[in-house]
Amino acid sequence: MTKSIHQWLLSFMSETATSITEMVLIALVYLAIFAVAGLYLVLLERRVAAWFQLRIGPNRVGFQGLLQTMADALKLVSKELTGTDRADKFLYNLAPYFVIISALMALSVFPFTQELQAFDINIGIFFLIAISSIGVIGILLGGWSSNNKFSLIGAMRSGVQTISYELSVGLSLLTMILLTSSLQLSEIVEVQKNGWLIVQGHIPAIIAFMIYMIAGTAETNRAPFDMVEAESELGAGFHTEYSGMKFAYFFLAEFINMFIISAIATTVFFGAWLSPFGITESIPWLGVFWFLGKTLLLVLLMMWFRWTFPRLRVDQLLTLEWKYLLPINLVNIVLMALIVWLNLTIQL
Amino acid sequence: MKTEAEKIAPTATNINFKSEEYFVNMGPQHPATHGVLRLLLTIDGEIIKKVEPDLGYIHRSIEKMCERNSYQQIVHLTDRMDYLSSHINNEAVCLTVEKALQLEVPDRVKVIRTIIGELTRIASHCLWWGVMGMDVGALTTYFYGFRDREMINDIFEETCGARLTMNYNIPGGLMWDIHPNFVKRTKEFVAHFKTKIPEYDRLLTGNIIFQKRMKGVGILSKEDAISFGASGPVARGSGYSCDVRKHHPYSALDKVTFNEALKTEGDSLARYQVRIQEMWESLSIIEQLIDNIPEGDYKVATNTVIKLPKGEYYQKVETARGELGVYIVSTGTKNPYRVKFRSPGFSNISLLNHIAVGGKIGDLVATMATLDIVVPDIDR
Amino acid sequence: MGYFSNIFNGIKTLLTGMSVTGKVFLHSRKGAITQQYPDNRETLKMFERFRGEVVMPHNENNEHRCTGCQKCEIACPNGSIEIIWDRKVNPETGKKKKQIDKHIYHLGLCTMCGLCIEACPTDAIVWAQNYENAVYDRSYLTKVLNQPGSKLMDGVEE
Repeated sequence: MTKSIHQWLLSFMSETATSITEMVLIALVYLAIFAVAGLYLVLLERRVAAWFQLRIGPNRVGFQGLLQTMADALKLVSKELTGTDRADKFLYNLAPYFVIISALMALSVFPFTQELQAFDINIGIFFLIAISSIGVIGILLGGWSSNNKFSLIGAMRSGVQTISYELSVGLSLLTMILLTSSLQLSEIVEVQKNGWLIVQGHIPAIIAFMIYMIAGTAETNRAPFDMVEAESELGAGFHTEYSGMKFAYFFLAEFINMFIISAIATTVFFGAWLSPFGITESIPWLGVFWFLGKTLLLVLLMMWFRWTFPRLRVDQLLTLEWKYLLPINLVNIVLMALIVWLNLTIQL
Repeated sequence: MKTEAEKIAPTATNINFKSEEYFVNMGPQHPATHGVLRLLLTIDGEIIKKVEPDLGYIHRSIEKMCERNSYQQIVHLTDRMDYLSSHINNEAVCLTVEKALQLEVPDRVKVIRTIIGELTRIASHCLWWGVMGMDVGALTTYFYGFRDREMINDIFEETCGARLTMNYNIPGGLMWDIHPNFVKRTKEFVAHFKTKIPEYDRLLTGNIIFQKRMKGVGILSKEDAISFGASGPVARGSGYSCDVRKHHPYSALDKVTFNEALKTEGDSLARYQVRIQEMWESLSIIEQLIDNIPEGDYKVATNTVIKLPKGEYYQKVETARGELGVYIVSTGTKNPYRVKFRSPGFSNISLLNHIAVGGKIGDLVATMATLDIVVPDIDR
Repeated sequence: MGYFSNIFNGIKTLLTGMSVTGKVFLHSRKGAITQQYPDNRETLKMFERFRGEVVMPHNENNEHRCTGCQKCEIACPNGSIEIIWDRKVNPETGKKKKQIDKHIYHLGLCTMCGLCIEACPTDAIVWAQNYENAVYDRSYLTKVLNQPGSKLMDGVEE
């Protein structure tokens, strides 16, 4: 299909114009899909939270509440944008875009199936780690420019938190890179045809996965690491003073980030679009199903964390990272290196 | 030129800020202050330097209103003080009036009052447990606490007609007899709740994050607890044995055996555990009484217009939050001359500056949750 | 070694907590404690002692039991009840007797303490179990409890 569109565009445009148009088209498709996907993740979170909490959850708008978040989004779009007096207006308005754009950019590199991958660069993982840490700038800016002390505290906490946990995310992924010897996502998937990496790398891979999930939850500022919002301490933290669509950007970005963290884990640990034991190898488009299924399971795990655990205190957050996750991670890398060196990996 | 903080700050002591300190106004509308309590915080980064509670946002002059009301009418006002232990508040006023009239209420009344009082205590602790979890970030606990509290509320609604502000006591007894279903439902609840407290422990008490958040935080020594006038689970968490039910038993509490929940650590975790322990003890009190509610009248007749003999009367009871004292001065008329409520929350909140200083903002919220404040109880 | 046992114990407690919520999650189909309120109006019954509002029951002859003794008015802590009464000549006996003109009840002031019903010597007023008391204007909350043209039931004496 992409080929025929390509040909059709080429028929009345130059080579450069065609590729630019294609990029714009793909970007628009991704944007549309993930704006909607983000909304449905919000709905999923609300329903899942309700099920954890002996409630029913939103079930009024549309069948089983399927249109609830659409209605919410419409409401947020039509809301007045308020702000604080003496806020730094330029930075205040800029902050939500940092967050949402960095979240959407990261989506471009995921291999949903063998063919469906918008942007297969050779430093895929590196690109993901780099992009996902841009978001924190938006949070810092938003908190700082709001002219609200609670926002400022939230923003500063976010800075501390993301800088620390970035290390663990990077290192735990690096552990897995030792197995794949490539940063390119399509090749990482290729390697997993001999068994998912969490099986190939067995013990150190499982440790790396656990560390990655903890650090990833912290990266997305979700409970139990929601120091940044901490509604019982700071009200709403960095986005206290945002309303309407600007708030919606922050909100949507949180859920897209959650999807991204889970999608990275799916790609690196659970073989992306590969089906378990290759049961649907003959039908390549089912890869989307497997990819999204695995990702949603991990998203569900993160929601389970959120609705079970109490929040850490800010100093305990740093203790956990620097005294536990980081040393374990470093030892784990050495362990993984030994396993790869001695050929102890499990190849199916 | 005064800074913003100096203009708002009400006391002279707050004016001397160090350059790295700043001022945050926590409340009167803040999720962690459980109502309209305003805390004036002086903070250095995340570390609390000073906490000043600013009270009075929900002051309704209940004590003054009592002076214009008859003794029957006072009772329903106390519902609105500590609304989570409204039955016990009502009981306190009724006990004081009965003491002044030297009225001996039937045993049936005493037993029913005690059972409903203990159910109230469990309901209050259930809500506290849910909110406690929410304050430290575990949002699910709230609903689990409410699930069990709802059963008690149903029992109350069936017998007393209301779920929160029950006004079931009148001087001289009870407004109505208990509902025929009362005993059955209470037994059902006791059986149900015995399986739920272990669940509370599994979900929250044992959780490593929760333990780390609570252990060694907000330490209150026994001496300080006594000198600040702390009472209830807050004081008992510091090893100060002050349970009014044990030391000055009222109603049917002298007929039952129970242990006073005591912990000596004095930190937030100790206060938490004392309350969990109290739920067990309340269950055991209910179990001892529920099967042998004596037959008899549910009230003794009093005059329509109650006139207390001239004098001063004091009676204290143990609410879910601590010691509630009712002090009535009568000049022999149908209205009291002066009514004073010694509310547990007021003394307990005065501790906050003492135990929260030096902690983080998160510690302040967690510590405040273990004090279990109800703002209308503080302001009255 | 304490370092590692800390980690293992920590993870164990976290998993215990997750098992509690997970169990609820799995049983969520039938476990919801919330109600979908306006939908269950038909099945939602309050307990018979529930204090919804004060009403004055009338029998089929439009007769009530209120003698106008004003005990409820005195018992009320916040003036929710006002009784407008008159002494009228009873045509049968020729005696002058207290009779209510209007029994006014301010639902907006009422704290549902139940003292008026406790005080009433003739059980003229009782609790109703209705709970949907919201109205569009505050003036609707002032109600006249005796129906127009109603009179005292025979044989009801103070």
